[in-house]
Amino acid sequence: MEHFLDFALPGVPYGCTYALVAVCLVLTYQATGVFNFAFGAQAFASAFIFTWLTEYHGWSGWEAFLVSVVVFGPFLGWAFDRLLFRHIPNANSTAKMVCSLALLVGIPSLLPVVFGNQNLDATATIVPFFNPNVVYFTFLGTPVNGIYLSTISVTVVVLVLLTILLRYTTLGLQMRAAVESRRLVQLDGVNANGVVAIAWIVSSFMASLAGVLFAPNFGAFTSEDYVTLTVTAIAAAAWALLRSIPIAAAVAVFIGILTTLLQGYIPTTSFFYAAIIPSLPFLFLVGALVFLPKMRELDASRDPMATIDPPPPPIAATARAPQMDRIIRVLWWVLFAAFCVSMLTWMPDAWATVFNNGLTYSIVLLSITLITGMAGQLSLCQATLAGVGAFTAAQLANHLGLNLLVGGLVGAALAAAVAVVLALLSLRLKGLGLALMTLAAALLFDATFFNETSITGGPEGVSIQAKWLGTRAFFGFDGHAMFLLSLAVLVVAVVLVLLVRKGTVGRNLAAMRGSETATAGLGVNPSWQRIIVFALSGAIAGVGGLLHSLEQQVVSPTDWNADISLVLVVLVVTTSVTTVEGAIQAGIGFFVTEQVLTTVLPARIGASSLTVALFAFGALTYASHPEGVLEYQKRRSTARFERLFFSRGRGSPAGAEELPQAAMSTSNANG
Amino acid sequence: MADAPLLSLRGVCKSFGGVQAVSSVTFDVHAGESVGLVGPNGAGKTTLFNCVCGQLRPEEGEIVFDGVPLDGLPTYKRARLGIGRTYQKVEVFTDMSVQDHLMVAERARRGQGRLWRDLLNLSKPTREETERVDAILELVGIAHLAGTSVNALGLGNCRLVEVARALATEPKILLADEPSSGLDLHETAELAGVLRTVQRERGTAVLLVEHDLAMVAEVVDRTVVMDLGAMLAEGTFDEVMADPAVRAAYLGEMGAV
Repeated sequence: MEHFLDFALPGVPYGCTYALVAVCLVLTYQATGVFNFAFGAQAFASAFIFTWLTEYHGWSGWEAFLVSVVVFGPFLGWAFDRLLFRHIPNANSTAKMVCSLALLVGIPSLLPVVFGNQNLDATATIVPFFNPNVVYFTFLGTPVNGIYLSTISVTVVVLVLLTILLRYTTLGLQMRAAVESRRLVQLDGVNANGVVAIAWIVSSFMASLAGVLFAPNFGAFTSEDYVTLTVTAIAAAAWALLRSIPIAAAVAVFIGILTTLLQGYIPTTSFFYAAIIPSLPFLFLVGALVFLPKMRELDASRDPMATIDPPPPPIAATARAPQMDRIIRVLWWVLFAAFCVSMLTWMPDAWATVFNNGLTYSIVLLSITLITGMAGQLSLCQATLAGVGAFTAAQLANHLGLNLLVGGLVGAALAAAVAVVLALLSLRLKGLGLALMTLAAALLFDATFFNETSITGGPEGVSIQAKWLGTRAFFGFDGHAMFLLSLAVLVVAVVLVLLVRKGTVGRNLAAMRGSETATAGLGVNPSWQRIIVFALSGAIAGVGGLLHSLEQQVVSPTDWNADISLVLVVLVVTTSVTTVEGAIQAGIGFFVTEQVLTTVLPARIGASSLTVALFAFGALTYASHPEGVLEYQKRRSTARFERLFFSRGRGSPAGAEELPQAAMSTSNANG
Repeated sequence: MADAPLLSLRGVCKSFGGVQAVSSVTFDVHAGESVGLVGPNGAGKTTLFNCVCGQLRPEEGEIVFDGVPLDGLPTYKRARLGIGRTYQKVEVFTDMSVQDHLMVAERARRGQGRLWRDLLNLSKPTREETERVDAILELVGIAHLAGTSVNALGLGNCRLVEVARALATEPKILLADEPSSGLDLHETAELAGVLRTVQRERGTAVLLVEHDLAMVAEVVDRTVVMDLGAMLAEGTFDEVMADPAVRAAYLGEMGAV
């Protein structure tokens, strides 16, 4: 115990920055009902700008602090509220989560596009209050430097001010009231939009502050470093049930201290050092989700005025006129035939690879169609399941000589088994709780199995060898085998998803989206339905993962980490998460867009980052158009076309915006 | 009525924090019987329904349905025993058509939710299923709405959809929780007729929670009155309404005089 303080004290600055972001999460959730995953990204953006200004433009710490924290942070919060969340106050929790996930993915992708790729190194000037290189005093023999002092003092001051604001001011009271219903509070004469905007501004300022304080702990930093900040803050906020600011702050500081204590006491060569320490935030998060029953109630619809909202529009395919339907079907078949012929005849190899990537990604994305589109739940670990399938097949081929494609079936079964375990762990969770559980699982896999060289082959991954397949046909587009295989598997996956959607399971899932209580009251076992859909989704993701890795000729952990899981959700949500064509359009659209941007844009602007950013900003429209931007545009153009050529008047099903408003009251009308 | 009760509640208690929502409630409902459960707001009627259906677990007491103790059984297993329910706050499946609502119930009744049947495309509605669903819609009087999405229905029709959906499970008892709430006089009369028909022609027991006492008088054979979580009176509708304690609960002390 003699080194206890030596080990514990370095954890305090980490804990304080975790606490600031955890408090942001609680404050925003309490005031707006939005669980903002993007605070970590906001923190990174402020640290990025701060360092960019001080390192590359010679600004002083105070000037950079004013711009990146005092101006940029609150501006970002104001912009989020004014441009996005203010317009969707009554969207369901899944829609709000998707929007914040889109920001989480979009912001770090946009920064290199705007500022160019930068090697960020947090120097001494990053802390404007205290010099990080100076030891100001010793505490029980432990030196206390400027990083410790600045982080701790700033955190304490901010938390005290925030507590006073929330507990003892009228504004704080109005913030707490606004979360139930902005519209209801406005009926009492309160400017609810202004109150909520202040909550966003305050919390974003704190996130920016945390970002700038966090960076010196690393020196050179990337957006990856802020994942730990985000997840630890989420875990702390979860233990506070997204309600108590003091508990969130205390748990965050505790996690920070526990991390450095374990780092001190566990030998660095030990298995536990590599396995437990990186997993600590995820274990805390899973613990909160499993052991705190109130985490299951987070998604209860709270707006008493939700009943005045119009019903969601139908998807275009169900709303169009029969003549229009026939025309579109014929056009699709013609397009499909032309695509197949092109792929098998004249398509250049570069573009053939793009389309093959798109097809294989589409299979993985179909697994999201099942979970999110049909079951209405958000899974943030679909890339992990794809990785489980791919790595299993690769290792079975590598060590046991099993044909890679046969191993793919075993991998799919294992991915399904992992998905079932996740489903069992989260049987009583839905919405936010389920999203957090799946995110924790993805990060846990990243920190453990995917970080194990014997499984994944390290950062370079495992190269797929032709002998594992018994043929070279799948490599280099030789004989078009890869295209035919991808297409065949995609068709099977599409048929499976369609059959399930049209069958009893699909109908039960649709019913559960409307009212799980009433569905169970009819004799349907909701847990079983969820297990079925998770298993099927895991298997499809596993197969898709293997095929995509086969196309890449390498299985790498960075191809299937938690970040990719978030990107996958953003992709499919942008096109349409409710239709199978949405998954295919997202998969192909992503790679085609990337290829086009790579061709037309200068290399300085990362085409890949810009593609992700474009899709992320597309996903921001999910709350307004949960059917997907593409689906929305299809519905509009179909309606316009029908009005022109089939004389279908406004108010017809295709003119979906004109659907009569429901007068009923449902417990979670938007499901 | 001398045979074993279909639903038997013995000393059922449920509290939330310091509030005793249901306090030692004991009564029976026999097969084919129609029982009204009335009382002022906050009497514990819906909480009692939730205890019977498994959405809440009582802290004390025993609930037996058709000879089977319900302790620990999840909601869906209680439904499969033959307990159907409608909800005080309408619980419909957003985006689904009226016919599909009943199809979910029909499939649940027949225990057909297997994935392999879906994958072999054996889950298309059969003629038998469609006919059964149509018959129930006809009975409830909403056959003309079969293909309509519930998003486009008013509150009254949504309540009828709930009743039809519950009947599609062929329940032995139907727990109807304030089914006339939000309905006009005409719709209430129609709903009362449906419940009476269900009880008389199909032999389904009905346990009706309702504030509209005229409807209760028309539908039920017997009435149980609750107040502040406890049972206040039990008997025919006229008997309980003549009880001074019941009048006091409904109208205050002046009403009892």
